[in-house]
Amino acid sequence: MYRMCAMTTTTALLAGAVLGAGPGNPQAQQQPPGSQQPTEITTTITSEAGATPRLAIPDFVTIGTEPDVAAAAKTLGQVLWDDLNFEREFAFIPRDTYASIPRATSFADVPFDRWRELNADGLVIGTVQKSAAGIHVELRLFNARTRQSAYSRQYDGASARRIAHTISDELHTSQRALKGVALTKLTFDSDRDGEKMTGTVEKRETKEVYVSDYDGDGQTRVTLGKTLNVFPRWSPNGQSIAYTSYRRGGANIFISNIYKGTLEELTTGKDESWLAAWSPDGARLCFASSRDNNGNSSLYIVNRDGTGIRRLTNHPSINISPTWSPSGTQIAFTSDRTGAPQIYVMSADGVGQQTRITIGESYADKPTWSPAPYNEIAYTSGAGVNDIKVIDMATREVRQLTFGEGKNESPVFSPNGRHIAFTSTRTGKKQIFTIARTGKDVKQITRTGNNEHPDWSR
Amino acid sequence: MTSARRLALVLAAVFMTAAAACSKKAPVVQPTPPAPTVAAPEEPRPAPAEAVPEPVVALPPVVREDPIASASLDDLNRNSPLKPAFFDYDSSELNAEGQKALTENAGVLKRFPTWAITIEGHCDERGTAEYNLALGERRAVAARAYLVSLGIAADRLRVVSYGKEFPFDPAHTEAAFAKNRRAHFVITSK
Repeated sequence: MYRMCAMTTTTALLAGAVLGAGPGNPQAQQQPPGSQQPTEITTTITSEAGATPRLAIPDFVTIGTEPDVAAAAKTLGQVLWDDLNFEREFAFIPRDTYASIPRATSFADVPFDRWRELNADGLVIGTVQKSAAGIHVELRLFNARTRQSAYSRQYDGASARRIAHTISDELHTSQRALKGVALTKLTFDSDRDGEKMTGTVEKRETKEVYVSDYDGDGQTRVTLGKTLNVFPRWSPNGQSIAYTSYRRGGANIFISNIYKGTLEELTTGKDESWLAAWSPDGARLCFASSRDNNGNSSLYIVNRDGTGIRRLTNHPSINISPTWSPSGTQIAFTSDRTGAPQIYVMSADGVGQQTRITIGESYADKPTWSPAPYNEIAYTSGAGVNDIKVIDMATREVRQLTFGEGKNESPVFSPNGRHIAFTSTRTGKKQIFTIARTGKDVKQITRTGNNEHPDWSR
Repeated sequence: MTSARRLALVLAAVFMTAAAACSKKAPVVQPTPPAPTVAAPEEPRPAPAEAVPEPVVALPPVVREDPIASASLDDLNRNSPLKPAFFDYDSSELNAEGQKALTENAGVLKRFPTWAITIEGHCDERGTAEYNLALGERRAVAARAYLVSLGIAADRLRVVSYGKEFPFDPAHTEAAFAKNRRAHFVITSK
């Protein structure tokens, strides 16, 4: 676990440097607001006796009187609080007590004594003002005891939300050696547009692929197929989405490069290809197809450009729902070779033994392999009542995350392995939810139409 | 005799000799007609009087317009002559009723040999979206195999699985589930 890492300043700085340069900040079109070098040595806020540090996040201080600056200040405080709260790495001073404490007007007049009375270990103080780029934000994390700044940065950008997400990820990295998910995105398919498919007389509704921030904000449609565009999967670099589309009549795998507006056909000329899964390096995809197994789905592997298709499974049964191990050396999948769907693991080259890992399930499908440092596979258990379960690949211990609150299926891990997005009918229609890997903190992401088959960007 | 008279006599004699020679030679040169060995063609007899009636358009026997042959694709599919085949839970095996429906469908397809159809495999809402894609595929392929065994050309039969995406009856009851586990036939060209 991340928490087991040595929490030295060096580690935190290294982690931060790696994160800043690595795939954590992928979108070229949506670069995180430019942050400048720390102006002081970064230190970590701790609580007495090693308890969870208690933070206060008062409203950001506005410099200037423009109404949009005030709105940005409110958004920054709220979104940062939500982002930090999502990982449960900090405890928070209840907000209704903030009103009793005089508001700072700058970094110079923070009432540390008053915050210490509320047992604050750390104070997140920010200022916001208008700038050429939109808003300029200065942020400091103060140690409430020493009154020293433990973390200090400045940000310029157009989106207060995105700046808040960036601050959250940086605070998690520097303070908790944790890769946060505040800048990650979800994708899912939705029938919310109520459009009808062409070529049928049954008034069937289309499904289109959507993306949103990890917290459900900014839900945006990215396909225009007027057909079924389902089972979207993020490329590891967050630039593309592979999905199953019926736009050619049969099912095929398409790839949308969502920031370029271009479309690629991965499987051409052969119908009935579904459920693409990217290899961790993004160079290949595994998918299922019945193209030459007499109606039984088999697994295939194909290069990112559609070349080099090769069949991986040769078994006269259904083989479907591939997911890659984090290292890319293994693939977990579903097969009904024993009569009912169960989850198996095999080498990613298809060679060698295929090992069944679900024991004692009457029905198990849609495995999703967690990222490191965890080594877990989440799956959908049961046919009539679906619930989300997680199996630890080291101990083979199973834990259950949902307990019949509607039908729960299609689990997928967040890139830090601490959360799972899934589909549930607990509020009526099919909606996307997130839940902590512990089974706590259920959060509803979508509310319009039916929304299914989530995937979480790396 | 004057020389002129003698010349005239000579000329006349030459002329007469020549004329006599010509008349004598003719029967020699003419070939004898061969004795007829086959009957000479008879003279055509005069044809009997021919009746020349004014042509009258004869209408074909009046038949009821074939509603299937004349319908548009959409109309056809809205009230399809092809009946769905239903399946048991988590099964892609054709039961007796399913076979009966497919046998009737094969009859329709033989009657309209230009039709091409898509066989859609569908599932009820139980189970996962992913596994149901594979199950729907099995159902569609089972229906296709049966039609092929009844003499329908495989290239007229396209297969697509929709998994549990398009329930026929959206209710969450056993009765609805039974209607949703089906191979559904769509006429795509005629």
